Amino acid sequence: MIAGFGAALMRELGLAMRHKGDWLMPPLFYLIVVTLFALGGKPNDPHLSAFAPAILWMGALLSALLTLDRLFRGDFDDGTLEQVFLSSTGPLAVVYAKLIGHWILSGLPLSLLAAPLALQLGVPAQALPALLAGLLLGTPMLSLIGGFTAALTVGLPRAGVLLPVLVLPLIGPIVIFGAGAARAALSGLSPAGPLYLLGSLLVLGLCLLPLTATAALRNSFD
Amino acid sequence: MWTWFHRLASPPAFYRLADRYAPWLGWASLLLIAYGLVGGLVLAPADYQQGDAFRIIYVHVPAAWLSLFGYMVMASAAFVAIVWRIKLAECVVVCAAPVGASFTALALITGMLWGKPMWGAYWVWDARLTSELVLLFLYLGVIGLNESFEDARTAARACGLLALVGVVNVPIVHYSVEWWNSLHQGSTVSKIGKPSIAPAMLWPLLSMSVGCMTFFGWAVIRRVQNELLLRERHTAWVKERLMSAGV
Repeated sequence: MIAGFGAALMRELGLAMRHKGDWLMPPLFYLIVVTLFALGGKPNDPHLSAFAPAILWMGALLSALLTLDRLFRGDFDDGTLEQVFLSSTGPLAVVYAKLIGHWILSGLPLSLLAAPLALQLGVPAQALPALLAGLLLGTPMLSLIGGFTAALTVGLPRAGVLLPVLVLPLIGPIVIFGAGAARAALSGLSPAGPLYLLGSLLVLGLCLLPLTATAALRNSFD
Repeated sequence: MWTWFHRLASPPAFYRLADRYAPWLGWASLLLIAYGLVGGLVLAPADYQQGDAFRIIYVHVPAAWLSLFGYMVMASAAFVAIVWRIKLAECVVVCAAPVGASFTALALITGMLWGKPMWGAYWVWDARLTSELVLLFLYLGVIGLNESFEDARTAARACGLLALVGVVNVPIVHYSVEWWNSLHQGSTVSKIGKPSIAPAMLWPLLSMSVGCMTFFGWAVIRRVQNELLLRERHTAWVKERLMSAGV
Protein backbone atom coordinates (compact mmCIF):
# COMPACT_ATOMS: atom_id res chain seq x y z
CA MET A 1 0.00 0.00 0.00
CA ILE A 2 2.73 2.45 1.09
CA ALA A 3 5.02 1.34 -1.74
CA GLY A 4 2.16 1.70 -4.23
CA PHE A 5 1.45 5.18 -2.92
CA GLY A 6 5.11 6.20 -3.21
CA ALA A 7 5.47 4.81 -6.72
CA ALA A 8 2.27 6.53 -7.89
CA LEU A 9 3.33 9.84 -6.35
CA MET A 10 6.77 9.66 -8.00
CA ARG A 11 5.05 8.91 -11.31
CA GLU A 12 2.81 11.97 -10.95
CA LEU A 13 5.77 14.22 -10.20
CA GLY A 14 7.88 12.64 -12.94
CA LEU A 15 5.17 13.20 -15.52
CA ALA A 16 4.84 16.81 -14.37
CA MET A 17 8.61 17.35 -14.79
CA ARG A 18 8.27 16.39 -18.45
CA HIS A 19 5.31 18.69 -19.11
CA LYS A 20 6.45 21.82 -17.32
CA GLY A 21 3.74 23.98 -18.88
CA ASP A 22 1.06 22.03 -17.01
CA TRP A 23 2.13 23.29 -13.60
CA LEU A 24 3.88 26.55 -14.53
CA MET A 25 0.75 28.00 -16.16
CA PRO A 26 -1.53 28.12 -13.05
CA PRO A 27 0.88 30.40 -11.07
CA LEU A 28 1.19 32.65 -14.11
CA PHE A 29 -2.63 32.72 -14.39
CA TYR A 30 -2.79 33.58 -10.66
CA LEU A 31 -0.39 36.48 -11.15
CA ILE A 32 -2.47 37.84 -14.05
CA VAL A 33 -5.81 37.47 -12.22
CA VAL A 34 -4.56 39.34 -9.15
CA THR A 35 -3.00 42.06 -11.32
CA LEU A 36 -6.25 42.52 -13.21
CA PHE A 37 -8.17 42.83 -9.92
CA ALA A 38 -5.82 45.62 -8.89
CA LEU A 39 -6.10 47.27 -12.32
CA GLY A 40 -9.91 47.09 -12.12
CA GLY A 41 -9.96 49.25 -9.00
CA LYS A 42 -8.87 52.82 -8.46
CA PRO A 43 -5.06 53.26 -8.77
CA ASN A 44 -3.47 52.91 -5.31
CA ASP A 45 -6.85 52.51 -3.64
CA PRO A 46 -6.31 52.20 0.15
CA HIS A 47 -9.36 49.86 0.34
CA LEU A 48 -7.56 47.28 -1.80
CA SER A 49 -5.83 45.68 1.20
CA ALA A 50 -9.24 45.09 2.82
CA PHE A 51 -10.32 43.07 -0.21
CA ALA A 52 -6.91 41.40 -0.59
CA PRO A 53 -7.81 38.15 1.29
CA ALA A 54 -10.85 37.59 -0.95
CA ILE A 55 -8.88 38.37 -4.14
CA LEU A 56 -5.94 36.15 -3.16
CA TRP A 57 -8.22 33.26 -2.18
CA MET A 58 -10.42 33.42 -5.28
CA GLY A 59 -7.36 33.74 -7.53
CA ALA A 60 -5.73 30.67 -5.95
CA LEU A 61 -8.93 28.61 -6.24
CA LEU A 62 -9.52 29.54 -9.88
CA SER A 63 -5.88 28.79 -10.76
CA ALA A 64 -5.98 25.39 -9.06
CA LEU A 65 -9.19 24.59 -10.96
CA LEU A 66 -7.35 24.88 -14.28
CA THR A 67 -5.53 21.58 -13.93
CA LEU A 68 -8.34 19.60 -12.26
CA ASP A 69 -10.01 18.36 -15.42
CA ARG A 70 -6.80 16.60 -16.46
CA LEU A 71 -6.26 14.92 -13.09
CA PHE A 72 -7.79 11.53 -13.99
CA ARG A 73 -8.66 12.05 -17.66
CA GLY A 74 -5.40 10.96 -19.32
CA ASP A 75 -5.14 7.78 -17.25
CA PHE A 76 -8.85 7.09 -17.73
CA ASP A 77 -8.72 7.49 -21.50
CA ASP A 78 -5.64 5.30 -22.09
CA GLY A 79 -6.78 2.54 -19.73
CA THR A 80 -4.12 2.99 -17.02
CA LEU A 81 -6.77 3.66 -14.41
CA GLU A 82 -8.60 0.45 -15.26
CA GLN A 83 -5.38 -1.50 -14.68
CA VAL A 84 -4.93 0.29 -11.34
CA PHE A 85 -8.38 -0.88 -10.25
CA LEU A 86 -7.50 -4.45 -11.25
CA SER A 87 -4.08 -4.42 -9.55
CA SER A 88 -3.41 -6.11 -6.21
CA THR A 89 -2.55 -2.80 -4.50
CA GLY A 90 -6.05 -1.49 -5.10
CA PRO A 91 -7.00 1.96 -6.30
CA LEU A 92 -7.09 3.88 -2.99
CA ALA A 93 -3.29 4.39 -2.71
CA VAL A 94 -3.14 5.67 -6.29
CA VAL A 95 -6.10 8.02 -5.74
CA TYR A 96 -4.37 9.41 -2.62
CA ALA A 97 -1.14 9.86 -4.61
CA LYS A 98 -2.94 11.66 -7.42
CA LEU A 99 -4.76 14.02 -5.05
CA ILE A 100 -1.64 14.82 -3.03
CA GLY A 101 0.38 15.14 -6.24
CA HIS A 102 -2.17 17.66 -7.52
CA TRP A 103 -1.73 19.71 -4.37
CA ILE A 104 2.09 19.63 -4.54
CA LEU A 105 1.95 20.85 -8.16
CA SER A 106 -0.84 23.46 -7.81
CA GLY A 107 -1.87 24.32 -4.24
CA LEU A 108 1.63 24.51 -2.77
CA PRO A 109 3.22 26.84 -5.39
CA LEU A 110 0.06 28.98 -5.47
CA SER A 111 0.06 29.35 -1.68
CA LEU A 112 3.71 30.38 -1.70
CA LEU A 113 3.13 32.82 -4.56
CA ALA A 114 0.35 34.43 -2.52
CA ALA A 115 2.93 36.00 -0.17
CA PRO A 116 4.55 38.39 -2.71
CA LEU A 117 1.14 39.05 -4.27
CA ALA A 118 -0.25 39.99 -0.85
CA LEU A 119 2.55 42.53 -0.37
CA GLN A 120 1.72 43.90 -3.83
CA LEU A 121 -1.90 44.42 -2.73
CA GLY A 122 -0.75 46.30 0.36
CA VAL A 123 -1.34 43.62 3.00
CA PRO A 124 0.77 44.43 6.10
CA ALA A 125 3.51 41.90 6.87
CA GLN A 126 1.96 40.86 10.21
CA ALA A 127 -1.06 39.42 8.39
CA LEU A 128 1.06 37.26 6.06
CA PRO A 129 1.52 34.20 8.34
CA ALA A 130 -2.26 33.85 8.82
CA LEU A 131 -2.88 34.21 5.08
CA LEU A 132 -0.20 31.63 4.23
CA ALA A 133 -1.31 29.18 6.93
CA GLY A 134 -4.91 29.48 5.71
CA LEU A 135 -3.91 28.83 2.11
CA LEU A 136 -1.67 25.89 3.05
CA LEU A 137 -4.55 24.32 5.00
CA GLY A 138 -7.26 25.28 2.49
CA THR A 139 -5.75 24.47 -0.91
CA PRO A 140 -5.40 20.72 -0.10
CA MET A 141 -9.18 20.73 0.41
CA LEU A 142 -9.56 22.14 -3.10
CA SER A 143 -7.45 19.29 -4.47
CA LEU A 144 -9.55 16.77 -2.49
CA ILE A 145 -12.99 18.19 -3.36
CA GLY A 146 -11.89 18.97 -6.90
CA GLY A 147 -10.38 15.52 -7.29
CA PHE A 148 -13.67 13.98 -6.18
CA THR A 149 -15.64 16.03 -8.73
CA ALA A 150 -13.07 15.31 -11.44
CA ALA A 151 -13.57 11.61 -10.67
CA LEU A 152 -17.36 12.05 -10.95
CA THR A 153 -17.11 13.66 -14.39
CA VAL A 154 -14.16 11.70 -15.83
CA GLY A 155 -16.45 9.57 -18.01
CA LEU A 156 -17.98 12.64 -19.64
CA PRO A 157 -16.36 13.79 -22.89
CA ARG A 158 -16.93 17.48 -22.12
CA ALA A 159 -16.88 18.14 -18.39
CA GLY A 160 -15.36 21.62 -18.90
CA VAL A 161 -17.86 24.03 -17.33
CA LEU A 162 -19.63 21.45 -15.19
CA LEU A 163 -16.53 20.87 -13.05
CA PRO A 164 -16.17 24.39 -11.56
CA VAL A 165 -19.94 24.60 -11.07
CA LEU A 166 -19.80 21.46 -8.93
CA VAL A 167 -16.60 22.35 -7.05
CA LEU A 168 -17.17 25.98 -6.08
CA PRO A 169 -20.30 25.56 -3.88
CA LEU A 170 -18.59 22.75 -1.96
CA ILE A 171 -15.51 24.90 -1.41
CA GLY A 172 -17.59 27.73 0.13
CA PRO A 173 -16.80 27.00 3.81
CA ILE A 174 -13.07 26.80 3.02
CA VAL A 175 -13.13 30.29 1.49
CA ILE A 176 -15.11 31.67 4.44
CA PHE A 177 -12.71 30.34 7.09
CA GLY A 178 -9.52 30.83 5.04
CA ALA A 179 -10.18 34.42 4.07
CA GLY A 180 -11.66 34.90 7.56
CA ALA A 181 -8.32 33.99 9.17
CA ALA A 182 -6.51 36.53 6.97
CA ARG A 183 -9.13 39.21 7.72
CA ALA A 184 -8.85 38.54 11.45
CA ALA A 185 -5.07 39.02 11.25
CA LEU A 186 -5.55 42.19 9.16
CA SER A 187 -7.71 43.73 11.88
CA GLY A 188 -5.26 42.66 14.61
CA LEU A 189 -7.32 39.73 15.99
CA SER A 190 -6.14 36.17 16.54
CA PRO A 191 -6.63 33.99 13.43
CA ALA A 192 -6.45 30.76 15.49
CA GLY A 193 -10.20 29.97 15.47
CA PRO A 194 -10.76 29.86 11.70
CA LEU A 195 -7.42 28.11 11.21
CA TYR A 196 -8.40 25.31 13.64
CA LEU A 197 -11.70 24.91 11.76
CA LEU A 198 -9.82 24.72 8.45
CA GLY A 199 -7.51 22.10 9.92
CA SER A 200 -10.40 19.97 11.17
CA LEU A 201 -12.15 20.22 7.79
CA LEU A 202 -8.91 19.12 6.13
CA VAL A 203 -8.63 16.06 8.40
CA LEU A 204 -12.25 15.14 7.65
CA GLY A 205 -11.71 15.60 3.91
CA LEU A 206 -8.43 13.69 3.91
CA CYS A 207 -10.17 10.70 5.49
CA LEU A 208 -13.41 10.62 3.49
CA LEU A 209 -12.97 12.30 0.11
CA PRO A 210 -10.41 9.86 -1.41
CA LEU A 211 -12.88 7.06 -0.62
CA THR A 212 -15.75 8.84 -2.38
CA ALA A 213 -13.42 9.74 -5.26
CA THR A 214 -12.55 6.04 -5.65
CA ALA A 215 -16.26 5.15 -5.62
CA ALA A 216 -16.89 7.84 -8.25
CA LEU A 217 -14.11 6.48 -10.48
CA ARG A 218 -15.48 2.95 -10.14
CA ASN A 219 -18.90 4.28 -11.14
CA SER A 220 -17.38 5.85 -14.27
CA PHE A 221 -16.24 2.46 -15.54
CA ASP A 222 -19.78 1.05 -15.66
CA MET B 1 -38.56 -9.44 7.18
CA TRP B 2 -36.95 -7.93 4.12
CA THR B 3 -39.28 -9.47 1.56
CA TRP B 4 -41.76 -6.56 1.64
CA PHE B 5 -38.83 -4.21 1.18
CA HIS B 6 -37.56 -6.08 -1.85
CA ARG B 7 -41.05 -6.31 -3.29
CA LEU B 8 -41.57 -2.56 -2.86
CA ALA B 9 -38.23 -1.87 -4.53
CA SER B 10 -39.22 -3.71 -7.68
CA PRO B 11 -40.39 -1.15 -10.26
CA PRO B 12 -43.73 -2.76 -11.29
CA ALA B 13 -44.80 -3.30 -7.67
CA PHE B 14 -43.87 0.24 -6.70
CA TYR B 15 -45.70 1.59 -9.74
CA ARG B 16 -48.92 -0.22 -8.77
CA LEU B 17 -48.70 0.88 -5.13
CA ALA B 18 -47.96 4.48 -6.15
CA ASP B 19 -50.96 4.50 -8.47
CA ARG B 20 -53.16 3.44 -5.58
CA TYR B 21 -51.84 5.74 -2.83
CA ALA B 22 -50.36 8.85 -4.50
CA PRO B 23 -53.80 10.44 -5.11
CA TRP B 24 -54.46 10.32 -1.34
CA LEU B 25 -51.25 12.24 -0.71
CA GLY B 26 -52.23 14.73 -3.41
CA TRP B 27 -55.69 15.41 -1.93
CA ALA B 28 -54.31 15.58 1.61
CA SER B 29 -51.77 18.20 0.57
CA LEU B 30 -54.44 20.21 -1.28
CA LEU B 31 -56.72 20.32 1.78
CA LEU B 32 -53.89 21.05 4.25
CA ILE B 33 -52.43 23.83 2.09
CA ALA B 34 -55.89 25.33 1.50
CA TYR B 35 -56.58 25.43 5.26
CA GLY B 36 -53.09 26.74 5.94
CA LEU B 37 -53.43 29.56 3.41
CA VAL B 38 -56.90 30.66 4.55
CA GLY B 39 -55.97 30.30 8.23
CA GLY B 40 -52.66 32.06 7.83
CA LEU B 41 -53.50 34.83 5.37
CA VAL B 42 -57.06 35.66 6.55
CA LEU B 43 -57.98 34.22 9.95
CA ALA B 44 -54.75 34.60 11.96
CA PRO B 45 -54.34 37.93 13.79
CA ALA B 46 -51.66 40.37 12.61
CA ASP B 47 -48.34 40.27 14.41
CA TYR B 48 -47.89 42.93 17.12
CA GLN B 49 -44.52 43.95 15.74
CA GLN B 50 -44.36 42.97 12.06
CA GLY B 51 -48.03 43.67 11.22
CA ASP B 52 -49.43 41.86 8.20
CA ALA B 53 -46.00 41.42 6.67
CA PHE B 54 -45.36 38.46 8.96
CA ARG B 55 -47.90 36.41 6.96
CA ILE B 56 -45.23 35.48 4.44
CA ILE B 57 -44.05 33.06 7.16
CA TYR B 58 -46.78 30.69 5.96
CA VAL B 59 -44.91 30.19 2.70
CA HIS B 60 -41.34 30.93 3.76
CA VAL B 61 -40.94 28.57 6.72
CA PRO B 62 -42.54 25.49 5.10
CA ALA B 63 -40.47 26.07 1.96
CA ALA B 64 -37.27 26.36 3.99
CA TRP B 65 -38.07 23.21 5.97
CA LEU B 66 -38.86 21.34 2.79
CA SER B 67 -35.57 22.46 1.21
CA LEU B 68 -33.71 20.62 4.01
CA PHE B 69 -36.20 17.74 4.19
CA GLY B 70 -35.92 17.25 0.42
CA TYR B 71 -32.14 17.16 0.62
CA MET B 72 -32.26 14.57 3.40
CA VAL B 73 -34.68 12.45 1.33
CA MET B 74 -32.34 12.76 -1.65
CA ALA B 75 -29.22 11.92 0.39
CA SER B 76 -30.87 8.93 2.12
CA ALA B 77 -32.01 7.60 -1.25
CA ALA B 78 -28.47 8.19 -2.53
CA PHE B 79 -27.05 6.11 0.31
CA VAL B 80 -29.48 3.26 -0.46
CA ALA B 81 -28.75 3.55 -4.19
CA ILE B 82 -24.99 3.36 -3.72
CA VAL B 83 -24.88 0.65 -1.06
CA TRP B 84 -27.60 -1.69 -2.36
CA ARG B 85 -27.77 -0.54 -5.99
CA ILE B 86 -31.57 -0.37 -5.91
CA LYS B 87 -32.96 1.11 -9.11
CA LEU B 88 -35.92 2.71 -7.36
CA ALA B 89 -33.63 4.63 -4.99
CA GLU B 90 -31.63 5.90 -7.96
CA CYS B 91 -34.86 7.28 -9.43
CA VAL B 92 -35.73 8.95 -6.12
CA VAL B 93 -32.33 10.76 -6.07
CA VAL B 94 -32.85 12.11 -9.56
CA CYS B 95 -36.52 13.00 -9.06
CA ALA B 96 -36.22 14.62 -5.62
CA ALA B 97 -33.58 17.13 -6.79
CA PRO B 98 -35.81 19.40 -8.96
CA VAL B 99 -38.61 19.46 -6.36
CA GLY B 100 -36.16 20.24 -3.57
CA ALA B 101 -34.47 22.91 -5.70
CA SER B 102 -37.87 24.58 -6.29
CA PHE B 103 -38.59 24.71 -2.56
CA THR B 104 -35.10 26.13 -1.91
CA ALA B 105 -35.62 28.83 -4.54
CA LEU B 106 -39.06 29.59 -3.05
CA ALA B 107 -37.56 29.89 0.44
CA LEU B 108 -34.85 32.26 -0.85
CA ILE B 109 -37.28 34.44 -2.83
CA THR B 110 -39.90 34.72 -0.06
CA GLY B 111 -37.06 35.38 2.39
CA MET B 112 -35.82 38.26 0.25
CA LEU B 113 -39.35 39.71 0.01
CA TRP B 114 -39.69 39.42 3.78
CA GLY B 115 -36.26 40.86 4.39
CA LYS B 116 -36.93 44.13 2.56
CA PRO B 117 -39.66 45.48 4.92
CA MET B 118 -38.13 43.95 8.08
CA TRP B 119 -34.37 44.41 7.67
CA GLY B 120 -34.41 47.11 4.99
CA ALA B 121 -32.46 44.95 2.53
CA TYR B 122 -33.36 42.14 0.18
CA TRP B 123 -30.15 40.29 0.90
CA VAL B 124 -27.57 40.23 3.66
CA TRP B 125 -24.44 38.07 3.68
CA ASP B 126 -25.38 36.13 6.70
CA ALA B 127 -24.75 32.51 7.64
CA ARG B 128 -28.27 31.22 7.13
CA LEU B 129 -28.91 32.99 3.82
CA THR B 130 -25.52 32.04 2.43
CA SER B 131 -25.77 28.38 3.41
CA GLU B 132 -29.29 28.19 1.95
CA LEU B 133 -27.91 29.64 -1.29
CA VAL B 134 -25.17 26.99 -1.27
CA LEU B 135 -27.92 24.39 -0.80
CA LEU B 136 -29.57 25.69 -3.98
CA PHE B 137 -26.25 25.41 -5.85
CA LEU B 138 -25.86 21.82 -4.59
CA TYR B 139 -29.32 20.93 -5.91
CA LEU B 140 -28.53 22.58 -9.25
CA GLY B 141 -25.21 20.72 -9.37
CA VAL B 142 -27.02 17.39 -8.93
CA ILE B 143 -29.51 18.31 -11.68
CA GLY B 144 -26.71 19.46 -14.01
CA LEU B 145 -24.62 16.36 -13.37
CA ASN B 146 -27.61 14.13 -14.08
CA GLU B 147 -28.26 15.94 -17.36
CA SER B 148 -24.70 15.43 -18.64
CA PHE B 149 -24.57 11.63 -18.54
CA GLU B 150 -25.93 9.42 -21.29
CA ASP B 151 -26.45 6.33 -19.16
CA ALA B 152 -29.21 6.94 -16.62
CA ARG B 153 -27.88 4.54 -13.97
CA THR B 154 -24.31 5.89 -14.02
CA ALA B 155 -25.78 9.39 -13.82
CA ALA B 156 -27.95 8.54 -10.84
CA ARG B 157 -25.05 7.01 -8.88
CA ALA B 158 -22.77 9.97 -9.67
CA CYS B 159 -25.54 12.31 -8.46
CA GLY B 160 -25.89 10.17 -5.36
CA LEU B 161 -22.20 10.53 -4.48
CA LEU B 162 -22.39 14.29 -4.97
CA ALA B 163 -25.51 14.49 -2.82
CA LEU B 164 -23.78 12.51 -0.05
CA VAL B 165 -20.71 14.77 -0.05
CA GLY B 166 -22.97 17.85 0.00
CA VAL B 167 -24.88 16.59 3.04
CA VAL B 168 -22.39 18.39 5.35
CA ASN B 169 -24.20 21.59 4.38
CA VAL B 170 -27.52 20.49 5.92
CA PRO B 171 -26.56 20.84 9.61
CA ILE B 172 -24.82 24.13 8.73
CA VAL B 173 -28.09 25.55 7.36
CA HIS B 174 -30.10 24.21 10.26
CA TYR B 175 -27.88 25.42 13.11
CA SER B 176 -26.52 28.56 11.44
CA VAL B 177 -28.87 30.75 13.49
CA GLU B 178 -27.58 29.26 16.73
CA TRP B 179 -23.88 29.01 15.84
CA TRP B 180 -23.37 32.51 14.49
CA ASN B 181 -24.78 35.89 15.38
CA SER B 182 -27.30 36.19 12.60
CA LEU B 183 -29.74 38.82 11.46
CA HIS B 184 -32.11 35.97 10.65
CA GLN B 185 -34.55 35.47 13.50
CA GLY B 186 -34.31 32.30 15.56
CA SER B 187 -36.72 29.42 15.47
CA THR B 188 -40.26 30.13 16.67
CA VAL B 189 -41.86 26.74 16.26
CA SER B 190 -39.63 23.84 17.10
CA LYS B 191 -39.10 24.67 20.79
CA ILE B 192 -40.78 21.55 22.04
CA GLY B 193 -43.53 22.10 24.59
CA LYS B 194 -43.59 25.88 24.49
CA PRO B 195 -43.41 27.38 21.01
CA SER B 196 -43.00 31.17 21.01
CA ILE B 197 -45.92 31.64 18.65
CA ALA B 198 -49.66 32.01 19.40
CA PRO B 199 -51.84 28.93 18.68
CA ALA B 200 -54.00 30.83 16.16
CA MET B 201 -50.83 31.53 14.17
CA LEU B 202 -49.26 28.12 14.83
CA TRP B 203 -51.96 25.79 13.50
CA PRO B 204 -52.09 27.17 9.96
CA LEU B 205 -48.28 27.07 9.87
CA LEU B 206 -48.16 23.41 10.89
CA SER B 207 -50.93 22.65 8.41
CA MET B 208 -48.95 24.37 5.65
CA SER B 209 -45.80 22.46 6.57
CA VAL B 210 -47.47 19.04 6.60
CA GLY B 211 -49.29 20.04 3.41
CA CYS B 212 -46.01 20.94 1.70
CA MET B 213 -44.46 17.71 2.91
CA THR B 214 -47.29 15.63 1.46
CA PHE B 215 -47.07 17.69 -1.72
CA PHE B 216 -43.35 16.88 -1.87
CA GLY B 217 -44.12 13.18 -1.43
CA TRP B 218 -46.83 13.31 -4.09
CA ALA B 219 -44.68 15.19 -6.60
CA VAL B 220 -41.64 12.94 -6.09
CA ILE B 221 -43.71 9.74 -6.35
CA ARG B 222 -45.33 10.93 -9.57
CA ARG B 223 -41.95 11.91 -11.02
CA VAL B 224 -40.48 8.56 -10.00
CA GLN B 225 -43.35 6.82 -11.79
CA ASN B 226 -42.60 8.72 -15.00
CA GLU B 227 -38.89 8.07 -14.63
CA LEU B 228 -39.57 4.33 -14.19
CA LEU B 229 -41.71 4.24 -17.33
CA LEU B 230 -38.92 5.96 -19.25
CA ARG B 231 -36.10 3.78 -17.93
CA GLU B 232 -37.98 0.50 -18.20
CA ARG B 233 -39.63 1.27 -21.52
CA HIS B 234 -38.28 -1.93 -23.08
CA THR B 235 -39.55 -4.24 -20.35
CA ALA B 236 -42.68 -6.35 -20.45
CA TRP B 237 -44.51 -4.70 -17.54
CA VAL B 238 -44.34 -1.24 -19.08
CA LYS B 239 -45.59 -2.54 -22.44
CA GLU B 240 -48.42 -4.39 -20.70
CA ARG B 241 -49.39 -1.29 -18.76
CA LEU B 242 -49.33 0.89 -21.85
CA MET B 243 -51.42 -1.66 -23.75
CA SER B 244 -54.02 -1.81 -20.98
CA ALA B 245 -54.09 2.00 -20.82
CA GLY B 246 -54.84 2.01 -24.55
CA VAL B 247 -51.75 3.96 -25.64
